[in-house]
Amino acid sequence: MNVVAPLSAHLPQINVQLAEYSELFMLISAFIYTLAFILFTVDTVRSSATIRRVEAELSAEQQQERSRQLVGAGTPGHDDDIASASPASASAADLVDDDLAYVGTSRPFANVAVALTAVAAAAHAFAVVSRGVAAARWPLANMFEFLTAAALVVSVVFLVVLIRRDLRFLGIFVIGLVVTMMAGATIGFPTPIGHVQPALQSPWIAIHVTLAVLAMAVFTLTFAMNVLQLVQARRERALNGAPKGGFERGLTKAQFMRLVPSAFSLESWAYRLNAVGFVFWTLGPLITGAIWANESWGRYWGWDPKEVWTFVIWVVYAGYLHARATRGWTGNRAAWLSIIGFICIIINYTVVNMWFPGLHSYAGLPE
Amino acid sequence: MSTENNTTTEVQPSAHRDNAREDALNDAQGLSKNEVTAPALGLKGMLRWAWTQLTSMRTALMLLLLLAIAAVPGSIFPQRVQDSFAVQTYIEDNPTLGPVLDFFQMFDVYSSVWFSAIYILLFISLIGCIIPRARKHYQQMISPPPRTPRRLQRLPEYGALELDSEGPDPATALTDAGAVLKKRRYRVDIRRNDDGTGSVGAEKGYLREIGNIVFHVSLVGVLIFVAAGAMFSYRGQKVMIEDEAFVNALVAYDNFYPGTWFQEENLEPFSIRLDSFERAFDRQLFDGEPNPNYGQALDFTADVTIQDGPDAEPEQTELKVNHPLSLGGGAQIYLVGNGYAPVITVRDGDGEVAFSGPVITRPDDPLYTSMAVIKAPDAAPEQLGFVGLFLPTAHDTGDGLAISIDPELGNPELHLNSYAGDLGLDEGVPQNVYVLDTEDLTELNSRDSEAGAITLGIGETHELPDGLGSVEFEEVQDYIAIDIHYNPGTTAILIFALTATAGLITSLFLRRRRAWVTVEQNEHGRTLVTYGLLARGEDFRLRDENIALRTQFEKTWPVRPPEENNES
Ligand code: HEM
Repeated sequence: MNVVAPLSAHLPQINVQLAEYSELFMLISAFIYTLAFILFTVDTVRSSATIRRVEAELSAEQQQERSRQLVGAGTPGHDDDIASASPASASAADLVDDDLAYVGTSRPFANVAVALTAVAAAAHAFAVVSRGVAAARWPLANMFEFLTAAALVVSVVFLVVLIRRDLRFLGIFVIGLVVTMMAGATIGFPTPIGHVQPALQSPWIAIHVTLAVLAMAVFTLTFAMNVLQLVQARRERALNGAPKGGFERGLTKAQFMRLVPSAFSLESWAYRLNAVGFVFWTLGPLITGAIWANESWGRYWGWDPKEVWTFVIWVVYAGYLHARATRGWTGNRAAWLSIIGFICIIINYTVVNMWFPGLHSYAGLPE
Repeated sequence: MSTENNTTTEVQPSAHRDNAREDALNDAQGLSKNEVTAPALGLKGMLRWAWTQLTSMRTALMLLLLLAIAAVPGSIFPQRVQDSFAVQTYIEDNPTLGPVLDFFQMFDVYSSVWFSAIYILLFISLIGCIIPRARKHYQQMISPPPRTPRRLQRLPEYGALELDSEGPDPATALTDAGAVLKKRRYRVDIRRNDDGTGSVGAEKGYLREIGNIVFHVSLVGVLIFVAAGAMFSYRGQKVMIEDEAFVNALVAYDNFYPGTWFQEENLEPFSIRLDSFERAFDRQLFDGEPNPNYGQALDFTADVTIQDGPDAEPEQTELKVNHPLSLGGGAQIYLVGNGYAPVITVRDGDGEVAFSGPVITRPDDPLYTSMAVIKAPDAAPEQLGFVGLFLPTAHDTGDGLAISIDPELGNPELHLNSYAGDLGLDEGVPQNVYVLDTEDLTELNSRDSEAGAITLGIGETHELPDGLGSVEFEEVQDYIAIDIHYNPGTTAILIFALTATAGLITSLFLRRRRAWVTVEQNEHGRTLVTYGLLARGEDFRLRDENIALRTQFEKTWPVRPPEENNES
């Protein structure tokens, strides 16, 4: 091309080699996540086997206990008692803990899936960080980077919580979402590595978008929990009374739901996380967003579609926090508000980004 | 429900009537649930009832959800605050639906009657909610912790310890219990009976409620300063070509949007002059090939000379995206756009210069393919108009169409259609300078006309058909678009936003706890200590607090091993 002489920009050159590694590791991690997802699915499908094993262990324990008692009592000759010991049926407390502590239910497939998730997250983290290093900037400047980073944060938050709390029952949903986000980023928004337009060259992008990603990751977890809560509440109701209709009857038989904590426990955990997510959302999209908008566009708030939805999401979660304190609105109704909040987030990052034009469109000149 | 406490029913502020968090406390203290009562008769009763309804948690929740829903249409339909031109176009394109939507203020959602009604009601409800809450909390802070419930075992966390016979007597145990609670940062009130037994009431985490109040009050603060800021603000736009200067006075603006209470004296007389403008683009090659983002804009720098008031020294500085200049005691200058301004001279049929000067073109894409409109109303015998494209690096695609292949001035060309006739500028109707309505004009040059379209390189002149004149492309200058904003509310808004966040964090993550310990003597003459814990608001660590307290107690006293476990 016989265009003008290159004008050397003040930004450093892109490190092409590192960028290629970044792409490679992104693919590798997506692949490992997929494996983890498959194993979580196998674990879910095999719930009844898991429960049967726990029951077998329980009854073995009981037998041992009983024979010890018999020996201690020194009254031999009641062998038929031992023989008649029916296999114990595992109670809810044997399978899950309402504080989400590990209760020793061994789930080999889920455990391998967790290990794979950790490996995938490491590769994923390398991919995200190296992309940032290669372009010498914070790697959160377009939809591809946003989605892949959000997926990373989701899986890291999941893993961190897993250290202390048994969230394995969420694995199929969380890793399913991570895989979806990775696929969505690669297929829907493939973006070659590059520098960013002047409007995005601001330290605020690091704070603003990072907090948004953190909030999104937390809300993703609570969304999965609140959905499970609704299902679990329905099942609990069906178990307590006569199940109505085929769906509730099916629920009472769904073995997987026995490995899920009670609706009440899910709700309070979702609330704890939602409170954290709400603070992130307040500080990130809302406040630092307004600060940056004021710096960049000269107004802190302009009801640009993206800003509208940031506000809507904030108000919905504020409504959720209120509902939790309002008589008659706790429990399932509050859960619905949290779910609606997450749906708004999805709308914000899909419909709004693609169809509602605004200053936040990730391409083009500042006008 | 017990009956013994009915006489002590405290009057609860309306805001708490339907607060689920109050239930546990009321239950332990034997209070009834205080359902909202039916309206009393009479106007006063009605008003009181309406006020109670408006300031209830349920109403707040409904209004919040309503606010969320009401905000949505503003992201679907174009808004006048954002782009009044888009609204106009929308209404023209939808002649039936458009006016209906306009009637319902769908293009002015955020200043509409219905949106305002919702948030004003919400904030009235908020104030009506927060004042009694604050008053009640103040009362609680200056009075001792609440009296000891009769039945501690009905509290969510409960424990009992029987002390050894050689352990402390009840009076000493009471003192010890107070000390343990104090060490755990409770505010402690010891209530002694004459026989040495008694109870301790303790509470901590008053800050949680303060946080909640600070949060809600800060929201009111934000709203007030958003409104006040908008009243006194102004906002304007100016396009500046190289070597052009702007003085902050009403006449100098291209567009100016004053707030309701803006006064012209508020404009501080600063000035700014564009000396030169530089663009930098991504020129990196990957293996000798242009990289995928080749040609992307990386940096815009305007070198400007500013003078902050008539007596100040002129000063040279840079104006960049994301780095506004602050001038004239609070006005901010932003670099919001830039483009090319080809310098053009139009001569009319008489050979007179009908137009001469730089023409602002509007870039349409990252390659600076720019729209150009030239109007020469002074041309004789007929007024002349031109519409077309400016291409910084023109490239012929081969089928007669030229496109720009680079944003910099590699091969600048003007591609124009020309028109003659009445441009409609004399009718006094304000016109968009970037649009030429060609409907009533005679087309002289275009791709389809006999004479063909006009293509001009720098220094070239094109003669119009029928001797109507000529157009000359002399050179290219740069221009920038700046926004000037003044909003005296921003600092206060930021401060309230931050206090709101601090209040929010305090209120969400601090724990408000009440603890009571009763000390009695049982039939064996041993000291019996029972204690109970209650959280106000969400508290997931109340059990941990129970364990911690118990551990402390066991360290303090010789405790008899439990024969029966009393823990709930
Ligand atoms: C501008 C609208 C409002 C917003 C955005 C908002 C937001 C919030 C948020 C985020 C919380 C949870 C954090 C905390 O516990 O401090 C909260 C709590 C609370 N809000 Fe609001 N609020 C609004 C209006 C109101 C109104 C009108 C009332 C009174 C009717 C009210 C009463 C309360 C109460 C009582 C709590 C504490 C709930 C508890 O016991 O945990 N708020 N609010």
